[in-house]
Amino acid sequence: MEFAEHIKTANVEDVVLRQPLQPPSRGTLCITGHHLLFSDREESDSRQVLLLLRNIDAIEKSVENLTGYSGFFSNASHSERMSGSSGTITMKCKDLRVLQLDIPGMEQCLNIAHSIETLSCLDCVSAMYPFFYRPVDLSLPEQWGLSSPEMHYSQMKELYEKWRLSTVNRDYSVCPSYPPAVIVPKSIDDDTLKKAAKFRQGGRFPVLCYYHKKNGMVIMRSSQPLLGANRKRCKEDELLLQAVIEGSDKGYIIDTRSMQQAQQARMTGGGFESKSFYDRWKRFHRQMERGKALQESLIKLVEACGDESNNMDRWLSKLENSKWLSHVQNALSTAGLLVECVERDGHSVLVHGSEGTDCSLLISTLAQLIMDPCCRTMEGFLGLLEREWIQARHPFQQRCAHSAYSHARLQQESPVFLLLLDCVWQLWRQFPLALGFSEALLLRLATEVYASDYGTFLCNSDQERCALEVKERTHCLFRALLRPTERDYYSNPLYERTELAIWPSVHPQSLQLWKGYFLRWTQQVRHLEEAQEEIRNMVIEWGKLARS
Amino acid sequence: MEHIRLPKVENVKLLDRISHRRRRVGTLYLTATHTIFVESEAGVRNETWVLHSLVCSVDKLAATPSGCPLLIHCKNFQVLHFIISKEQECHDIHLSLQRLSHYDELYCFSYKPNVDEKERRQEWDFLDLKADYSRMGLPSSLWKLSPVNQHYKVSDTYPADLFVPESATPPVIVGSSKFRSRGRFPALSCAQGESHTAAICRSSQPLSGFSARCLEDEQMLEAILRSNPCSDFMYVVDTRPKLNAIANRAAGKGYENEDNYSNIKFQFVGIENIHVMRNSQQKMLEVCELRSPSMSDFLEGLESSGWLKHIKAVLDAGIFIAKAVAEEGVSVLIHCSDGWDRTSQVCSVACVLLDPYYRTLRGFMVLIEKDWVSFGHKFSHRCKHVVGDPKEVSPIIDQLLECVWQLMEQFPCAFEFNERFLITIHNHFYSCQFGNFIGNNQRERIELRVHERTHSLWSYLWANRTDYTNPLYRPNHSQTQGLLRASTSPYSFKFWKGLYNRFDHGMHPRQSVEDYLRAIQEETQQLEEQLSSHTQVGQGYADLPQA
Repeated sequence: MEFAEHIKTANVEDVVLRQPLQPPSRGTLCITGHHLLFSDREESDSRQVLLLLRNIDAIEKSVENLTGYSGFFSNASHSERMSGSSGTITMKCKDLRVLQLDIPGMEQCLNIAHSIETLSCLDCVSAMYPFFYRPVDLSLPEQWGLSSPEMHYSQMKELYEKWRLSTVNRDYSVCPSYPPAVIVPKSIDDDTLKKAAKFRQGGRFPVLCYYHKKNGMVIMRSSQPLLGANRKRCKEDELLLQAVIEGSDKGYIIDTRSMQQAQQARMTGGGFESKSFYDRWKRFHRQMERGKALQESLIKLVEACGDESNNMDRWLSKLENSKWLSHVQNALSTAGLLVECVERDGHSVLVHGSEGTDCSLLISTLAQLIMDPCCRTMEGFLGLLEREWIQARHPFQQRCAHSAYSHARLQQESPVFLLLLDCVWQLWRQFPLALGFSEALLLRLATEVYASDYGTFLCNSDQERCALEVKERTHCLFRALLRPTERDYYSNPLYERTELAIWPSVHPQSLQLWKGYFLRWTQQVRHLEEAQEEIRNMVIEWGKLARS
Repeated sequence: MEHIRLPKVENVKLLDRISHRRRRVGTLYLTATHTIFVESEAGVRNETWVLHSLVCSVDKLAATPSGCPLLIHCKNFQVLHFIISKEQECHDIHLSLQRLSHYDELYCFSYKPNVDEKERRQEWDFLDLKADYSRMGLPSSLWKLSPVNQHYKVSDTYPADLFVPESATPPVIVGSSKFRSRGRFPALSCAQGESHTAAICRSSQPLSGFSARCLEDEQMLEAILRSNPCSDFMYVVDTRPKLNAIANRAAGKGYENEDNYSNIKFQFVGIENIHVMRNSQQKMLEVCELRSPSMSDFLEGLESSGWLKHIKAVLDAGIFIAKAVAEEGVSVLIHCSDGWDRTSQVCSVACVLLDPYYRTLRGFMVLIEKDWVSFGHKFSHRCKHVVGDPKEVSPIIDQLLECVWQLMEQFPCAFEFNERFLITIHNHFYSCQFGNFIGNNQRERIELRVHERTHSLWSYLWANRTDYTNPLYRPNHSQTQGLLRASTSPYSFKFWKGLYNRFDHGMHPRQSVEDYLRAIQEETQQLEEQLSSHTQVGQGYADLPQA
């Protein structure tokens, strides 16, 4: 991959950069294959801005010719045209920052704009920055990621009696989106799994994702069964689910689609577990928004936050209209239902929607955070994300190709992971002592998922990651976050482990707009950050004295 | 008590407002001052006490198979939904409560905590407004204390002690007062001390009609202008929407004509009147009472109530004035119609923004005492302490507290007090437990001999100040300094569930950062003390971290 062909102008002097919360500064702009680098002219207090081009979601450019000619189509000679002309590039980033560059020289401006447009959305994964990121203080890891299904299983002694680790998917042939090893009931052999996989969309047969130590109940995850219009059934799938609730009177299925949607899915070959074939399973339907609708919700919310009309009615109406908070409410209450089934009612649950790669992950992750104190430490949380979202595969490459500003036609984009982070933030608001990590970690993850130095969120599945050697050739974000300095920064100073479930309130009054993210670049959020710093200092001060 | 037809009912159910599935069973007692519900579940002795004077309405709903529902709404936004099994019992409780909450005598006159008379009198010495004026450097060469309203002769709703411009003579003041609604002539609310000479003054609307003028009133404004030698003009801010002010002209009232007053800049800021605010809050409370609303129901309801829009209008007005004073160095005269509702709100908000002192515990008490109690906000009418015209009731003071709360949410380190402080004050605006907010103005309170017969809220709050202190407050924090640069972008405003859903415990955060910080703060202090007692004097102090 040659980046040079996309860079006609690499350096421009005398550029003015305008960014939120800071006075405009004048300096040199430099474009490289992956970055935009701006360095301040001031010798004494030199500041640099390094921006991953991947972070740029959309750009707007305007050029003007100050000499009075009408720009492009004038007959004036090249040199005449360029003198006194200038241009402005507005860059809207995936982390919701808006930056503006005033560039002298129309042609330079257009060249820079072209480079940004092309380089910010290259499709080729192996050309992306994580493959080039080589910080001096970090060598490529021996082990990529925090854990693996094998390690996870071996640490969970409670599982040994009734559950086994199956490597039926070792070459990704049974389910391309699953990791090579998965946890299944001991009584079910690999042949049965293979057959069950054929009955599930994308081969995502039911696998264990969480074991509740308090009562031995589990959360299973899968995609929809492929009943189709003529109501096919699959003995092996039924056996597999039967084995899950062995020794118990029933299990629950939470389908993240409405009853109607689930029925309609039969027309396209999908469907749901019917009562007659899965008689010991009780189904709940909870419609959760996904895909395009969720992406549009994000776009509307970000647009509302940027509205400068200063009109309260308009704001509340736009906030309502975006439906983002409704999605937050819905995700938390569906997760609450899942927890109620497992923790209060004491039954195992299977979660799926259609593909089982979006909402299913969202609510199983939230449910684990709510129930399991081990998932609420920083390692625990990152481990949970790795299991549910990286190994069990959320198609990050597709879902996070663009964020809220992009003008590109929407394809597979959907901010499911961002919705998860927002829900976790709401949990933290309601239980400020119960989580081992801080808002800053959630913000970091929300940024990294769209544009990153690390390979963690590259690709759509484990299989793709192996093909591109992501695990050998990139650094792992989760491991980096657990280095001592970073860990200190991202930990919650108020953390006190509690064994209890942290049931969130889902009343509209209890849920709030996540200002730290959506209004991140406003002065107001600075004041809130100062308060967090103050809290950290108080705890440190106290800790010092208590130790002395 | 002859009002109590039935002192005790057993087997009463108390429904949870949020989820009706949750219900408690217990015994309901009526006493002379409280309704008490005692949960009868084994082991727990959970009690709910409701002061009769906080009861806003008692409604008996149609009987259902499970019993007869009785709904009690309180002024502190508590809503109690009882189910009483026997219709007759419900009827008796209903009648009793209706009479008990329409008291003949305010609770403060019978409230007798275990405090002797000397201490009780000292309670009233705790706050001294004169001390606040001398904190501002008053009287000074520019402002003097005027005896003109002694015995409330010029304006019976104003306090006796008022500061006016040095150059304002009694004839000018009296002349001006005759040209103002209720005689409420322009007087000083807040001055910024030695270095800044810009001041905030307040009054009622002028009786200008379509063309009337008053020489003394014009001289009065001239005098205010002259008391700020740093500026050659002043702002006159009419807090009403322009249309309302114009309508008032037909009734012989109205607003200042810029042509008649030298060097004033006139400005409307568009805060709605007490009736709009009352209806708006009512609508918002209906939204709070929705049972399991969807997010859309809630946001739509919040929008259509208009409540946050009104809060924003008050804050916007306060910011305009604070900036005029702090940044332009220009004095401001604020008025609305009578100058005791919107004017008080805007003066107080501007003061909180301008002066860090008003963001302290004591300072905020002084502020309420000054702008509201002393300048004659009609607490008795607005908070419905006694039965009267329902159109006089309005949550104007609630809005002040909410503006301050919104600021606290924006600047978590800038206020010495916490949310609990505001909520407690709110409760006592309505409870009539303390004498501070009884009556409509200073003259009425003197007639009621409030200082001789009741207790003061301020010293109660001060005595319990550890409960009301914000652990994040640091007098030297950058957020604490000078003018608060608040945002009034719509997204900066939040719904105040801490007040309006105060009793719906399920909605609130389950863990409190504040309690945690308070605990470690106490421990830090203790440790520091231990450490310094161990360290040798004269040597160790330099190493100690700055508190």
